[in-house]
Amino acid sequence: MKTDTMRDRFVSVVTELLDSNPKVALVMADISTDRFKSNGAIDRHPHRVVNVGIREQLMVNVAAGMALEGMRPIAHSFAPFVIERSFEQVKLGFSHQGVGGILVSAGASYDIAAYGRTHESPGDVALVATLPDWRIHVPGHPDEAETFLRDAIASDDAVYIRLSERKNAAPAAIDGKLVVQRRGAPGAPAIIAVGPMLDPAMEAAETFDATVLYAATVRPFDRAGLRAAVDGTDVVLVEPYLEGTSAAEVAAALSHVPHRLLSIGVPRTEHRKYGAAAQHDEAHGLDAPGLRTRIAAWLHQPRHPPPPERVE
Amino acid sequence: MSYATAASTAPAPPPPASDGYADLRRLMGLMIGDEKHTSSATSTLDVLWVLYDRVLRVDPARVDDDDRDRFLLSKGHGPMAYYAVLAAKGFIDEEALRTWVRYDSPLGLHPDRNLIPGVEISSGSLGHGLPIAVGRALALRARRNLRPRVFCLVGDAEFDEGTNSEAVVAAARLGLDALTAIIVDNQSSSLRWPGGIEQRFAVEGWAATTVDGRDHAALEAALTSPHPGVPLAVVAEVEKKE
Repeated sequence: MKTDTMRDRFVSVVTELLDSNPKVALVMADISTDRFKSNGAIDRHPHRVVNVGIREQLMVNVAAGMALEGMRPIAHSFAPFVIERSFEQVKLGFSHQGVGGILVSAGASYDIAAYGRTHESPGDVALVATLPDWRIHVPGHPDEAETFLRDAIASDDAVYIRLSERKNAAPAAIDGKLVVQRRGAPGAPAIIAVGPMLDPAMEAAETFDATVLYAATVRPFDRAGLRAAVDGTDVVLVEPYLEGTSAAEVAAALSHVPHRLLSIGVPRTEHRKYGAAAQHDEAHGLDAPGLRTRIAAWLHQPRHPPPPERVE
Repeated sequence: MSYATAASTAPAPPPPASDGYADLRRLMGLMIGDEKHTSSATSTLDVLWVLYDRVLRVDPARVDDDDRDRFLLSKGHGPMAYYAVLAAKGFIDEEALRTWVRYDSPLGLHPDRNLIPGVEISSGSLGHGLPIAVGRALALRARRNLRPRVFCLVGDAEFDEGTNSEAVVAAARLGLDALTAIIVDNQSSSLRWPGGIEQRFAVEGWAATTVDGRDHAALEAALTSPHPGVPLAVVAEVEKKE
């Protein structure tokens, strides 16, 4: 059984794709370049594996320029740099030009928590989701990341793949749709777990009667799949990035039926803590015990609580 | 395809005889009315004319030809001269000029490559063209098509955007000799470029020159001068912006 990380798999799969497909290009800004140097990819493909130095805005627009010339470029860096720092390049270089391309980030919301806020990116998915026609994949396992990479190379779409050091114990079936992991009784709450949140969500749900749905692709969001899977009124959305990022998708999917939604994710507040990612999960209630506590409290809330007092 | 037959620095073919330049004022008038002074005062007019009349290997009948030269108007603001030149050269139907900036016109205050045949980038926000041009030049090299050249027009105030500096360094270090940057300098940069913009390219290893942006012969000579192994920067100086 492979024990590699998503980023390890990214390096091996992209290297293989570079070797086999002359349309594939990789543009980097000093992040991960050592890995493609040591495995020989840079030396074998000096014109298709390009390191532009610490220039992420250039990196994204170089990839866009290559896409305009019919290549299939991948731009890669940590999430704050490939998405947040270069967001206008993503918006104009790809979407506005009308070409697709592939963005692959590492680091996720706070994988390298000891680096602090500058290297955290809980808002990346929400940002990319403001643009039309981006496919956004949040794999929960290296095997899923590999599938998404290979599919992205084979298409002409705009694709964002968000890699993480966090992963589920086993890969799940992925086809862009919501996949039922556990079926609750009729009317039971539906828990949507995104990417690496599947294992903690499944563990948390052991004490509830609940249906658990897995989403590794969050844009386009599988609205039809959600409509088909939900036969009760309670929906819980568990995302490993900014809380509520897909809440509007859930609302749109269920706009015709009465429902209530609990959105769980990384809070918007600045946390100003270092340490390890697991400590941040615990602080945000994103580990299994935290999820269980929060979901249980919400499920047992009265359906029609008294209105809050008005504050003038 | 004739990928290996021409180096990227090969001189352009002889320009077709044309007196279309004299017609540009009329074409611009179709967009902006009879403001007599506007066309001659447009900073990019002569550079664009020389490019399309004497330098670029482009053909409105074959806008997808992989061997065509690529021209990227990065300074997308004030595109009337660009539209007029494209109309004079057959890329835009003259009648479309009369629809300029209307709701359903293909011609807005910033050009969109998805709406106008032969336009290589949608621009408007400053500082994106040169980085995209670097990507195009890299892709052409990776695809081993050494015939097309990539030209990118930038304004001197647009050059304020730091993304240009990123591209200037990378293009030189990556040896992109298919790339030419044209900087139209009408001294509109708020904090200025002491010593001239040419220096910013030369210090990074570009072939760089400064010419009179109204002198067609000088522009043609600069834009077609050989620059083996390195990208070329042509600073086209025009009268100071009012």
